[in-house]
Amino acid sequence: MSALSVFYTILFYLAATIFVVGLAYRIIGYAKTPAPLKIPTTPAPTTKTGVVFRLFTEVALFNSLFKATKWTWVFGWMFHLSLLLAFFRHLRYVLSPDSVFWPFINNWLVLFAGQYGGFLMLIGLAGLFGRRIFVDRVRYISAPSDYLMLILIFTIAATGMLMSFVEHTDIVQLKAFVLGLFTFSPQDLPDDLLLQTHLALVAALMIIFPVSKLLHAPGIFFSPTRNQVDNPREHRHIVEWAAKLEADRK
Amino acid sequence: MADFEVPEITKEYTSVPAVKEGTMAHSLPFISKLEFNEPLGYPGELVDNWKEVVISKLKELSGKYRSLKVFLDSCIKCGACTDKCHYFLGTQDPKNMPVARQDLLRQVYRYYHTFTGRLFAKLGIPGFVGARELTKEVIDEWFVYFHQCSQCRRCSVYCPIGIDTAEISMAAREILDQIGVGHKYCNQIIEKAGRLGNNLGLPKPALADTLEGLEEEIEDDTGVAVKMPLDVKGADILLVTPSADFFAEPHVDGLMGYAKVFHEAGISWTMSSYAAEAGNFGMFIGSYENMRNLSLRIREAAIELGVKRIVFGECGHAWRVAYSFLNTLAGPFDFLDPNYPVPQHICEFTYDMIQKGELKFDKSQNDHMTLTFHDSCNVARASRMGDQPGGQFKIPRAVIQAACNNFVDMPSDTIGEATFCCGGGGGLLTDELMEVRVKGALPRATALKSVTENHGVTHMAAICAICKSQFTKVLPYYGFTMDQIVSVHQLVGDAIVLSDAPKDDEEPDETDAA
Ligand code: HEM
Ligand code: SF4
Ligand code: SF4
Repeated sequence: MSALSVFYTILFYLAATIFVVGLAYRIIGYAKTPAPLKIPTTPAPTTKTGVVFRLFTEVALFNSLFKATKWTWVFGWMFHLSLLLAFFRHLRYVLSPDSVFWPFINNWLVLFAGQYGGFLMLIGLAGLFGRRIFVDRVRYISAPSDYLMLILIFTIAATGMLMSFVEHTDIVQLKAFVLGLFTFSPQDLPDDLLLQTHLALVAALMIIFPVSKLLHAPGIFFSPTRNQVDNPREHRHIVEWAAKLEADRK
Repeated sequence: MADFEVPEITKEYTSVPAVKEGTMAHSLPFISKLEFNEPLGYPGELVDNWKEVVISKLKELSGKYRSLKVFLDSCIKCGACTDKCHYFLGTQDPKNMPVARQDLLRQVYRYYHTFTGRLFAKLGIPGFVGARELTKEVIDEWFVYFHQCSQCRRCSVYCPIGIDTAEISMAAREILDQIGVGHKYCNQIIEKAGRLGNNLGLPKPALADTLEGLEEEIEDDTGVAVKMPLDVKGADILLVTPSADFFAEPHVDGLMGYAKVFHEAGISWTMSSYAAEAGNFGMFIGSYENMRNLSLRIREAAIELGVKRIVFGECGHAWRVAYSFLNTLAGPFDFLDPNYPVPQHICEFTYDMIQKGELKFDKSQNDHMTLTFHDSCNVARASRMGDQPGGQFKIPRAVIQAACNNFVDMPSDTIGEATFCCGGGGGLLTDELMEVRVKGALPRATALKSVTENHGVTHMAAICAICKSQFTKVLPYYGFTMDQIVSVHQLVGDAIVLSDAPKDDEEPDETDAA
């Protein structure tokens, strides 16, 4: 194995560990932190089913964002949709053809949508970047890391698309490398600068995920204004630390 | 009239101004004193080790409140909330954009309590990831800008992650109080309510006197002896209402309206001198303990008087604490009649009576007015009425329309869940903050102006003591008059037909003629 392949192998194990452990740590932290008061933004659903539906409209359609600003919604939704499409398309580099899921991801629709979805991603990201620069309010609230995040993802998408439309990489060898990671039998990475850039940045994205604003992805599910049932009069809601205060009560 | 420039009403009720830095940096709330802080459990002046206290409190609170923890981590700086706050729209100060307001706290949290913030602080570039060292200057900014948030939650409606700046403001105020930098207005009121049972500090004799005066007023007016009972044991209903209802205009007309409704419904009721306050300023300063202490008075009064139901008068944040928190803070209320929700809003009560046909109205009594309705933020976005989501919009309107012929809503993006705050909520209803109050009322004033001009609206009804006080004070800056603000139950009280009223003089005349 080349030194570079060793480096990438280690990098990906490291990145995956940080991503999984870091994210699990965050999610457990959110789940364990009590929400002492009922604070759903009303009108809110009065049943659990209603809350699931509300969260679905938020996660899948960005309902609140739609109410807020159409431009951010268009670009933001486009970007996330294409992220999802790209995710499905990438599964074929990871799954074995024997897997039961293979037919679901190795078909015309997923492959086509994933490939051309890349354009949506670039447009979406460019639009979001534009808002950050040109809208004075958004410019005011942006730190350098906010621009950099967009540039990072843009570069990942751009290098990916260059490989898929212009300079094909050695997919067979790449797949061997990826499966090698899963089976703990490291393989060589194709010697291709575009691919290496793409993968290094993906690893970077995984590493910063649990320590950056990308935490919005798990965060939205734990947001009390969105995930609480509106039933405070019917059910007494009380958390442990608050119940302790009641020891003194008549 | 004002020593600051009153913003001009433009045509577009939601037109977004350009950012202009520092326009409200000079707005300084009065700082609280030992005599008010001590009973609340706070130091009397800035403590020496304020820096450590702030840093550790920040950690403690983010461990006690999931909202704070998730909100501090999850903001993506998408900007969706930036044009949603009435204080930003009215002042152009970018620190009044909800996300920028949150960032005042978030930057410090990042610096001390996140891996990324600590790392970049070590590298000497904390600003790269939006982290900021805690200095006295930061504390000063917190004091200024967290007292330019009325905790109205409008931003939370539009945030894709559901981040509620009110939660951040409450946490910030709690931390400020912990280091001895509290707001005098809030703390003084909480101290009074905790000692005397109401925000105004009215002792029982004064209260009884006031109520007696109001009974006489109704009797002079209608010929009916409508009672305003105080501390009557064994009554069915305990009414808890904001103390402003006892004397302020137009609040007091609302109170007389509730009395007439109870009278007509034939249900016995009472107020309590021990818990003569619906408002709970403990919420504004983000203090669970203080909010709980005040709430417990209501529980104790209900037990002491042996009532079966609790009904709240017209007040926005009071209704939030009552509807959303009371069961948590002072429940369970299993000693009350299980057939009714605890507590109920007076609008729910009146609405039920209307549905049951118990109340008769002579709507023509209100024909000299064309009304619109201001949805109070805490009722609209932090609570509910009735058993359906959105009942908080439907029920007050149904009550108004039962009592009035002429009703027109303001533009749809300024009412309902999108309603604009009056500008005086969240503990800002004090004279030293007049500039931010007036400027924050701009969006509402603009919407009101549009229905005044296009639909001949003459009056705006409100169901919140703070909204009523705020509007009577600030709308004149925009060319309206004080008396254009009315209570919902004032409309009810004016139109309700009291069945035991002596017959009018005209009637015999009519029979004569016939
Ligand atoms: C549950 C899944 C997710 C939901 C519901 C979600 C939702 C959102 C929403 C509503 C926004 C604001 C609108 C916008 O600026 O696009 C946003 C922004 C963003 N999201 Fe996500 N997201 C999710 C997952 C992800 C993931 C996995 C990534 C990782 C690459 C990501 C990256 C971003 C970035 C970089 C932004 C900021 C865009 C900007 O700077 O303007 N999101 N997300
Ligand atoms: S809660 Fe209301 S006042 Fe506070 S930042 Fe949000 S919109 Fe502005
Ligand atoms: S809308 Fe929410 S996520 Fe977007 S900038 Fe405002 S607070 Fe942050």
